Formats: sequence, structure tokens, C-alpha cells
Amino acid sequence: MTQSTPREKTVLTPFNVISGIIILIGVILTILRFAKGLGGVTNLDDNNPWGIWIGFDLMCGVALAAGGYVTCATCYIFGLKKFKCAVRPAILTAFLGYALVVFALNYDVGRPWRLPYPIFLSQGTSSVLFEVALCVFLYLTVLLLEFSPAAFEWLDWKRARHIIGKVSMVLVIFGIILSTLHQSSLGAIFLIVPSKLHPLWYSGYIAVYFFISSIFAGMSMVIFEHSLVARFLHDKIDKEHDIESQNVALGFGKAASFLMAGYLMIQVIGIAIDNDWKYLGTRWGLWFLVEMIGFVGLPAVVYAIGVRERNIKLIQRTAGWTVLGIILNRLNVSIIAFNWQLPLNQRYFPSFPEIMTTVFIITLGLVIFKFIATRMPILYAHPDYPDDH
Amino acid sequence: MGISRRQFFGWMTAAIGSQVAFRPDAKAASNKHFTGYPGSMGVLHDISRCIGCRKCEAACNQVNSLLPPDRPFDDLSVLAQKRRPHANSYTVVNRFDLAGRQLPVFVKKQCNHCQEPACVSACFVKALKKTKTGAVEYDASLCVGCRYCMVACPFNIPSYEYNNPLTPEVTKCTLCQPRIQKGLLPGCVEICPKEALTFGTRDELIQIARQRIQEFPDRYVNHIYGENEMGGCNWMYISNAPFADLGMSEDLGITPAPALTSGALAAVPVVVSLWVVFINGIFAISKRKEQVAAEEKKTAVDQALKTEQTRLNDTVAQLKEKAKADQEAAVKREVKKALEDAAKQAAEIQTDPPEASPQSSETTQPGKQESE
Repeated sequence: MTQSTPREKTVLTPFNVISGIIILIGVILTILRFAKGLGGVTNLDDNNPWGIWIGFDLMCGVALAAGGYVTCATCYIFGLKKFKCAVRPAILTAFLGYALVVFALNYDVGRPWRLPYPIFLSQGTSSVLFEVALCVFLYLTVLLLEFSPAAFEWLDWKRARHIIGKVSMVLVIFGIILSTLHQSSLGAIFLIVPSKLHPLWYSGYIAVYFFISSIFAGMSMVIFEHSLVARFLHDKIDKEHDIESQNVALGFGKAASFLMAGYLMIQVIGIAIDNDWKYLGTRWGLWFLVEMIGFVGLPAVVYAIGVRERNIKLIQRTAGWTVLGIILNRLNVSIIAFNWQLPLNQRYFPSFPEIMTTVFIITLGLVIFKFIATRMPILYAHPDYPDDH
Repeated sequence: MGISRRQFFGWMTAAIGSQVAFRPDAKAASNKHFTGYPGSMGVLHDISRCIGCRKCEAACNQVNSLLPPDRPFDDLSVLAQKRRPHANSYTVVNRFDLAGRQLPVFVKKQCNHCQEPACVSACFVKALKKTKTGAVEYDASLCVGCRYCMVACPFNIPSYEYNNPLTPEVTKCTLCQPRIQKGLLPGCVEICPKEALTFGTRDELIQIARQRIQEFPDRYVNHIYGENEMGGCNWMYISNAPFADLGMSEDLGITPAPALTSGALAAVPVVVSLWVVFINGIFAISKRKEQVAAEEKKTAVDQALKTEQTRLNDTVAQLKEKAKADQEAAVKREVKKALEDAAKQAAEIQTDPPEASPQSSETTQPGKQESE
């Protein structure tokens, strides 16, 4: 891709070919899913009603989309203007993340055409899932509006751009409130299963755990994503973004380090309050410690070192590490430590079509991100709106 | 901000108000204790009487018009494996061969029709409802198929029609609600040859259970399973073997499922209200800080400018004064010199003019004396 021969103009780049094949597989799987039902393509069963389409696509998708509200809050509410260059990429990621979460839900629920029911037809207000549904619906709308200025600038719709610019602050505030509720309620979903989720992961604080971890997940995602964008879409980044992204990495790296230390503390408090110490010596305890020390404690320390030595590369790698840790946590809660008491032969492992559908959805996200970032003013300021960026 | 603060708070009040006002079931921290609908019906399963004939399974299949099973109901070899209810079987009987017992123990498994069911509280479209007569009913016309009820159920009862691509439903025992309304017994209760199943009001059933345990304390475990589990069920069990050995979890606790999530749900309007205050507060603080910083900067710059100006003015004044003094001195000098020259000339004219030499005139120059 780096060779600048005229042949580069062709659409048959390695990225396009591979993503094209994956999307083709995805289309076939989609047809299979709706022709044969969930049983035809998934390993879900009556004891394991939720698989990776919920555990990964929904749980991780939402956590990793947290960069949107975290960056908005940093820049517009806390007034740290240096983070402005990170706002648009973070909002685009959040918007695509949430859009794909809803897209993935269409595969997972039995009758996806009824997805508007909980909001418009029959509100089950006693359910945490109702809160989740309401927040997804509202926040996706907010994210669409928050993202729209970039699209309007690209389309040169000056009037629409002007109107949306006026309500931007309200959108930011709504976005933060909805994210707080939504991130935490994804954890609160599991409050109802004390007998199914392993005690080391089950806690009365689980909603707080999900909220706090979403903050450093969002920060890490912003840092990590920029390192990818800088490598693959470097010609789309203007100089100001390039310089400020270093400050973003240093600032978010430092904040994430502190947050992760605090998160570890409240995890310890959770264990102490439920007196779950005895489980730490078991195999599940070892796995829990791998998550907490290997994917929270250590990256927190390495973040701190990276910031002290102003080592951007190290911070970016730690960001990727932290993102993996968040994925591990969400999978542990929703799949791995869920139904921990069931015998091994009744446990769930995703089927190949399930995994490929998830890969398909991620690929779809990357393709759309690339399409937008190469066309709209995401990584650079639009000449007509240099300050609104 | 294009929207006025007043407008914004108006919207927020509406949002929070709707959260608070439309929650008839909100009772997060009240001291009310729900003990079930009075007169609600249930079933008592006396495990010690069950012989594992699977007639209840057959009756259930028939009254609910389910598909015929892969293996006939009189094939008891099915009991070799532990089963759970599935899409086509609302109830199953399991056999437990316990150590130190000659005879196996049989347990029937189906929906326990909790008094405050986890599935009902988990359903985000109210497709599941607890009726006042005792049954937990499912309304397929609302169900989205999210399967959170299956996740939430502590007894692993609701099942799903995974192989139905377009109209999949959650399936579970209905307590034969349609039959009860016609005055009939539930199918399984009616057919049971050993009276291992007793239908009645929940209060009666608890009385019967207590009586049996009291009459035969050596035969029964002193525990009515379902009396308090997860806040109590309408389907209860007494047994001649410990429940934990029969695959029935004894660590479920007595907290009804809705109480597990009510705190988190109750926090929602509080978070919304406080976040509005905090976010606006932080925004105001950071804005004010910017303002103050800008003002301080302006003051400092003004001050510096002023000081510099004063200093400059002083210097200029001093220089001016010095220049003036120098000028005056020069004028004086010139005047003095001119006077002296004039005096000299006058003296030379009076005495002897040719005697005057350039040297002598130099030594008497006043400018030179002053500079030395």
C-alpha cells in the first residue's frame, strides 16, 4: 500500500479484498440466520441464552464506544481544549459502535422487527434491560446529532450545520448523562443473577464497576485508535491534530492510570464486603487475578511509567492492552464466569457462524469508519469551520 | 449555547418528572413486604411419593397440544439423563440415585411460578405477568425474544424455540391457567397416580406440607422448598432427601428478584438529577476559570504596560532634564567664554596687543577647566 504506483488507484487493495470477502460471508450468514433461526447458526441453548453476540458485540461494543462521552466531557465540560482534536474521531467511533450494537441486536433477538416495542408499545419499567434499551435508543440519536456537523460540513449544508452548532452543548450534556446510565446499567443487568454469575464477578457494585471501567476503556480506545489511524490514514491527519494527539495520549494515559488504580480499589472493597476472599484461592480466583492484575493493575503501572517518561509508543501499546482487559472483563461477566456452576459439557462456546458474524460486524465498522474518515472532516479541520473542531 | 438555560432546565424537569411519575411499582426502600396475592393457587410436590412414571409429562404434552416426543413417555430409560424443560416439554421428571439409598428419588421440574418472579421483573416489554391467581403468564404477542427472562430465572425454566426462524416464543409451564379458569385441575396434577402433586391455595399447601413433615419427621427433610426461596413460589416441594442432592439449589436466598435490581433502577432519576447539576457546575467552573484567567491576564498585562510606561516616562523626563541642564550649561559656558573673550580683547587693546600669544589664550580657556 505504501508504493505510489498508479496501480494503487484500483479498488482491489488488500483491505478492500479481505473486507469484501468477510462481508460476503456475513451476507450469507445473515440469510442463514433468518432462514433457519437462531438454532441453525448459533450454539445458544436454554441454559445459555446469551452468547458472544451479546457478550462481545453488545457488552464490549458499548464499553469501547465510551471514548465519545469521555472525550466530550474532557473537552467541553472540563474545558481542556487540548483534547479538541480527539473529539470528532471519538464521536465517530462511538456512533459507529452504538449503531453496530443495534445492528448486532437484530441478529441476536428472536424477532428483531419488534425491537421498538419496549420503547413505543409496552414499557417494562421494572427491567434493567428497559433502561438499557431506552439509553441505547436515546444515545444513538444523540450520537447521530453529535456526528452530523462533520457530515453537514462535507455536504456543505451550511444552514443545517449552523442549527446543529447551536445545540451542541445540550447534546454533550445529554450524551454524558445517557452514557453514565447506559454503561452502568449494562452491569446492573447482572444484578438479578446472584446464583449464576461467579461471586468474584457478581457484586452489588457491578453497575459502578461498569461505569468506572468504561471511562478508562474510552480513554484507552481514543489513544489506541489514534495510533491505528496515524498508521493507516496518516495523509488525512492535519498537523495540528498530529501534535495535539501527543498531549491527548499523555493526558488520557495519566487519567486512565489513576482511574484503574481506583477501580482496583473498589474491586477489593467489593470482595471484602461480600467476604469472597475464599474464592481467590480457587481456579476461578486465579482467572480473576489474571484479569485484575494482568489487565488492570499492570497496565495502570505501565501507563504511569509511559507518562513519566513521555513515551508515546509505550502509552499507545498500554492502551491496546487495557482495551483487551476490558474485553476480557465483559466476556467474563457475560459468558465465562456466567453459569460457572454448570457442568463443562453444558457450558457455551460460540459456533463458527457466530464468530464469523461478529467478525463481519467489526469489519463493517472498519469499512464505514474508513469511508467517513477519508471523506469528512474528522481527522482534520474543515477550512470553513477551523474553530469548531 | 443556542438554547436558553431556562429551556434546558425545563426539558430536564420533564425528563426527570416522567421518570418519577410513571413508576407505579417503585418501592425501592419501603418497608413493605409482599407475601403473595391472597388466595392464589399453587401445587405442592411431595418428592417422597413420586415413582417416576412420567405420566405427568404425557398429560402436560397432551393438554398443551405439544409435538409428540422423540421417545414415548412410557420409555423410562429417558430418566437415565438429567433433563430440563425445553421448547417442546414444559415439565420433566429426573431420577436421582443417591448413595446409601436403595430406591431412587424422582423430582418433577417445571416453572415454580414465583410470587415475585425474576422473569417478570426482567421482561422489558411486560410479556410476562404474574396473575393474581398464581400463574406466571406469557404473552407471545409482545415478546421481542431478548431471552433476558431465561438469563434471570434462578431455576433455569424458560426455554426458547431456537429453531423457529420467524415466530420464536419463550415456552414454559402455564400452571394450566386455561384449565384452572374452567374449574379443572392442572393436567399433571389430575393424572398423577400417587398423589405426589396436590393443587390448592398456597396457604393450604403450606399447611399440608407442615402437617406431613410434623407427622413423619423421620421421613421428610424439615424444609418446604419454595416457601421462601427467592421470595417464595406458588409451586413448592417437600422431600425425603436433601434438596441439594436433587439438583435444587439451596443457596438462592430469600430475596425476591425485583429487590435485586430495584436499587439500581431507583438510582436512575437520582443520577439524572445530580448529573445535570454536576455537569453544569463543572462546566460553569471551568468557564469561570477561563474567564478569571483571561481577566487576570488582562490585568497583569495592563499593569505591566502601565509600569513600563511610567518607567519610560520617568526616563524620558530625566533625560529631558539632563539635556536641558547640559544645554543651559553650554549656554552659560558660551556666554562666559564670550564675556571672557570680550574682556581679554578689551584688555589686549588697552595694553599691548602684539604680545598676546595662542598659548596663553589656551590656558585661560574656561571650557577646558570645567571639563577637567
